[in-house]
Amino acid sequence: MSNSAAGLLVALVGNPNTGKSTLFNALTGLRQRVGNYPGVTVARKSGICDLGDGRKVELLDLPGLYSLAAASPDEQVVIDALSGNIVGARRPDAVVLVVDATNLLRNLFLASQVAELGLPVVIALNQADVAKEQGLRIDTGLLSRRLGGVPVVLTSAWQGEGILDVRRGIARALTEPAPMKRVSWPTDIAGALAEVAAAAAADTGRPITEAEAQRLLFDTNPSTAERLGWALARREKTLRVARDRVRHSGYNPMAAEPLVHYAHLRLILEGVVAEGLGKAGRSAAVDRLLLHRFLGPVLFLGIMLGFFGSVFWLAKFPMEWIQAGVDWTKSIVAPPLDAYPMLQSLLADGIIGGVGAFLVFLPQILILFLFIGILEDSGYMARAAFIMDRLFSWCGLNGKSFVPLLSGFACAIPSLLSTRTIEDPKARLATAFVVPFMSCSARFPVYALMCAAFIGPVYGPGWQSVVMIGMHCVGLLFAVPTAFVLTRLVLKVKPQPFVLELPRYQMPKSRDVLWRMWQNAAEFVSRAGTVIFAITIIVWALSYFPRDPAVAERIQAAHPTAAPEVVTAKIQAAYVEQSYMGRFGKAVQPVFDPLGFDWKITVGVLASFPAREVIVSTLGVTYSVGEGAEADSQHLRKAMQDAKWSEGPRAGTPIFSLAAVLALMVFFALCSQCGPTVATLAQETGGWRWAAGSFVYMTALAWLAGTAVYQVVSRLS
Amino acid sequence: MTPLSQLLPGQFGKLASLNPERGVDQRLMALGLLPGMILKLIRKAPLGDPLAIEFGGQVVSLRLAEAENLIVDVSADCPIQRPRQP
Repeated sequence: MSNSAAGLLVALVGNPNTGKSTLFNALTGLRQRVGNYPGVTVARKSGICDLGDGRKVELLDLPGLYSLAAASPDEQVVIDALSGNIVGARRPDAVVLVVDATNLLRNLFLASQVAELGLPVVIALNQADVAKEQGLRIDTGLLSRRLGGVPVVLTSAWQGEGILDVRRGIARALTEPAPMKRVSWPTDIAGALAEVAAAAAADTGRPITEAEAQRLLFDTNPSTAERLGWALARREKTLRVARDRVRHSGYNPMAAEPLVHYAHLRLILEGVVAEGLGKAGRSAAVDRLLLHRFLGPVLFLGIMLGFFGSVFWLAKFPMEWIQAGVDWTKSIVAPPLDAYPMLQSLLADGIIGGVGAFLVFLPQILILFLFIGILEDSGYMARAAFIMDRLFSWCGLNGKSFVPLLSGFACAIPSLLSTRTIEDPKARLATAFVVPFMSCSARFPVYALMCAAFIGPVYGPGWQSVVMIGMHCVGLLFAVPTAFVLTRLVLKVKPQPFVLELPRYQMPKSRDVLWRMWQNAAEFVSRAGTVIFAITIIVWALSYFPRDPAVAERIQAAHPTAAPEVVTAKIQAAYVEQSYMGRFGKAVQPVFDPLGFDWKITVGVLASFPAREVIVSTLGVTYSVGEGAEADSQHLRKAMQDAKWSEGPRAGTPIFSLAAVLALMVFFALCSQCGPTVATLAQETGGWRWAAGSFVYMTALAWLAGTAVYQVVSRLS
Repeated sequence: MTPLSQLLPGQFGKLASLNPERGVDQRLMALGLLPGMILKLIRKAPLGDPLAIEFGGQVVSLRLAEAENLIVDVSADCPIQRPRQP
């Protein structure tokens, strides 16, 4: 970030659903930068906030959380950021605590924990308009005094009210920092904390702050101890003795922290909030309808099908425009380069094709995130998870897995990005891992071509539909057991607690929704986009080189009277055959032989790694009907129907037998033959390990299932 | 004394005990669900699980299995201290 006046850093901390992001957007005016924290897949959002007195500070929007106990990566990031433990990042100079004005007690628990860190704080009582509507009057002056003089301001970030007060509050907290009043720990707990701090300091040889001692004593999660490098053998006894001391004083050591903080806060809040006459919120009434036993699921299905149907349909048009734009660009760029075929092909098929390969995902990503933004900010997303949780909990996922899995039927890329809405990291990983099994729209042209050429004409349109629907279910069939095995046997997670707040319904703010949509798209382009581009170029090069001019001359000589386009198609086919990709395809064809694939299908499968639907045009090239082939191409269908094995035990029989066609479709339904998906999976899981695992697993599964189908069907028919 | 999981929709109870060693209960405690707190089972999800409970002016969803260890006293005169609707 640009070096602001004094290089000051202010962190924004608060519970989820408090309007924190809205306040952040209002304070920074969208002068923001999004990155990642090192080593974890938690987004780091920061922006520049003008304090109004000539000073500018960097404002850091930390993930929403309820407690500083480090149970998830998001929470760990907040603790580390506030303690200054993130490599390459400074400790904030002040903290703005965003508090829901309608529920001070619960929100101030986090504030009270943050106070233990000893940073100057500003308290922003957000959603003050809703509190007012409910008849709540908050004595901010009294609250400020009780909290030791820290600035307390009322804001309605949605309406843009009180933003200036927050700026002034930050300025005041920085100039004359007043520490927030801290809890007074009962003697024995204070003693236990001191013992833990002393022992940890002695064992690790570094000073231990009070906040760190609290995390060591109160958390079951060992992350703080591990970060400090306090060995298990050494800390075990100290912690046991200290916890026993807490227990003997009448507190369960695991409950002492909330008990003491809440008791402290009840005293502070005494007389701060006056409840007058006001309207009860409408959320309870809306929930009676939206969570109704019968109507709830019906409305839920309606909303989801409406939303995802429109992701699919709305995105179709811009995707066609992008495709048309790519084709147009090629048609402009290519002709002047007719004299340099290599350069021409690199530019048109490699570079422009590569850019098009990831641009084409943008409409779906933008629209999906628009809808997810609306669902989340309105409060319905939590209800959707509430309704669906039962269906997912048994295999280690949770209700929040539903949206990513459903959107996976359109495209795995936006769907993988949408797994970010799942807080539980293991459930997030498991969901991301099974998302590619959903039958995405890129598989559709493959099914359509195969069904139209080989199922429909022979078995009738009825069976054609059955096969099409069946192919969309094959992935699901394998996804569920995969999730079960992954969560139970590989990740070995106990069923994770699923404690989810059902927040007040609220009108989403268009600026927030649009901004988040834009940020997600930008992140996709900058991270996965570059990899997708690279994959496209590599596959282009493998299919283009080597290009011996003798090949073309030989074919021209052999067909002196044929029409030019026939000769061109034959030359293209010959070049692909002797390209590195073609040679490689021929070499590995024996691997795919059990599935009934000849070398042309094998090359098609391999060359479609940048995008599944590419197999249709690759088959178009290898079957010499030109590269413009589409799923409904008569020529390609005819060429494939006529294709026969030229050698080997199956010589003379059709290559595309029923068995081979079904095997190819099943293979495509299950394989991970999509570079962008692999790249995005790596981005979202924080490394190539899971992406590689997914690729190997899905490919093996696809091979086994394809082989089974081919061997069984070819023996039956 | 009844496990929270056996409350009927609409029924109030006063939290008598929970198990602070469990992750779920730690999360609930952070949200302010401490012994003595009045809570109300609002509804069950359409498939019977999870539950939506209300306490301290907020609505929180938790799974049936997680609600079994939360023991509530339904005889306490709860509705008088009816929590505010969010």
